[in-house]
Amino acid sequence: MDSSAPSGARIELRGVGVTYAGGSVAVRDVDLTIAAGEFAVFLGPSGSGKSTLLRTINRLIEPTSGAVFIDDVDVRTLDPVVLRRGIGYVIQAVGLFPHLTIGANVGVVPALVGWDRARIARRVDDLLALVRLDPAIYRDRYPRQLSGGEQQRAGVARALAAQPRVLLMDEPFGAVDAIVRASLQDEIRRIHRELGTTIVFVTHDVDEALRLADRVVVIAAGAVAQADVPQRVLEAPADETVRSLVGIDAESRQFALERPLLERETP
Amino acid sequence: MTFILRHPEIIAMRFGEHVLLTLVSLAIALIIAFPLGVLAARRPRAGAITLGILNVIYTIPSLALLAILVAIFGLGMPTAVIALVAYAQMILVRNVAEGLRGVSPAVLDAADGLGFTPFARLVQVEIPLALPAIVGGIRIATVSLIGIATVAAWIDAGGLGAIVFEGLHQDDPDKIVAGSLAAVVLALAADAVLRVAERWTARA
Repeated sequence: MDSSAPSGARIELRGVGVTYAGGSVAVRDVDLTIAAGEFAVFLGPSGSGKSTLLRTINRLIEPTSGAVFIDDVDVRTLDPVVLRRGIGYVIQAVGLFPHLTIGANVGVVPALVGWDRARIARRVDDLLALVRLDPAIYRDRYPRQLSGGEQQRAGVARALAAQPRVLLMDEPFGAVDAIVRASLQDEIRRIHRELGTTIVFVTHDVDEALRLADRVVVIAAGAVAQADVPQRVLEAPADETVRSLVGIDAESRQFALERPLLERETP
Repeated sequence: MTFILRHPEIIAMRFGEHVLLTLVSLAIALIIAFPLGVLAARRPRAGAITLGILNVIYTIPSLALLAILVAIFGLGMPTAVIALVAYAQMILVRNVAEGLRGVSPAVLDAADGLGFTPFARLVQVEIPLALPAIVGGIRIATVSLIGIATVAAWIDAGGLGAIVFEGLHQDDPDKIVAGSLAAVVLALAADAVLRVAERWTARA
């Protein structure tokens, strides 16, 4: 990897609210600081506003109140295109460009920001190796020739291409089967450890949240119900909503937590 | 058939005129249809109104449209080009819009999230993915224009229709067959070539 890879940025949501034109409130008055290099997971049921909140960070959705700051810069002061080129973005449906090879997909943001061909080619190979897709095999394939899990690996590589300091992931592993999901979860933890990028990850899967997060941000009805380390969310749910979300299998989850916790301590 | 054998140079000249008339019209039609198709894809309401108007134009019988245009612009090839451009709009705008609307929302979300400018997204993502539909529209429009261009000889625009009309006036079935046959061959050839192009763009 490039040794110049920058580590994560700090994200601050100050009083962020999103009300749609019809008057329905998706997000209400969220105050949240995500530390530089933190792996934060927004956990909540569908319709809780967690994806909406995520999308305010790269301005795919503009808050109707409050503001988002990245390293103390109000994102509204930045050109959204420039802002987004500095933020990785991974979605459940992957959205690889079907007419481009995997290599071209991964190199698309560096190409947009004007890197030269040789540098892009090196970067693409590095990234494919990082997500464990052998460059020699996958570089020249088309997305349709890859399995769902492989496509999402390429999606992650594409998001990391221009060395973003923030990586946004919207239910990225929701469409793959359980075994593939587990291995992708391991990979993203490892990549997070290696790069130190700030990751904001949205999921409705409690186990996934507990497994991945440095901090779980439970979101219900457009507001933050609890933001704490996985252990605390399990042991001391802030309210009934959180309890009912994580509570049912709290004990078995506690047990499951031990594995990723050990993983986190390895350098 | 004997006319073709006796006067290959006349067939060749009229064939050339026909191809030129069709290509010029198609090129101008595409320049107009592209922005209209993008507009129609982006704004469904404006798109429905635009396509409604173009559909009305498309349903006007070609002889009637040519007659109206001659009254305004006079006889000759430019008037024929205007008519052909007008006819092609409905097919081209519809296919450009349909092609663009058919691009997966996930791909567009990814493009936006990765920081494509709207123009880069259109040129590098949407148009390439809409290309099979666009080329399909070009194919249908081309075949239609080759047919309608035959009638345009009636307003002194030249082309293979001129041979057919001469045959009608001179009561010479040989000429009528020759002109018609050449037009059919041209239409079939254009269709075949553009079908290959369509399949080629759809390979990805």
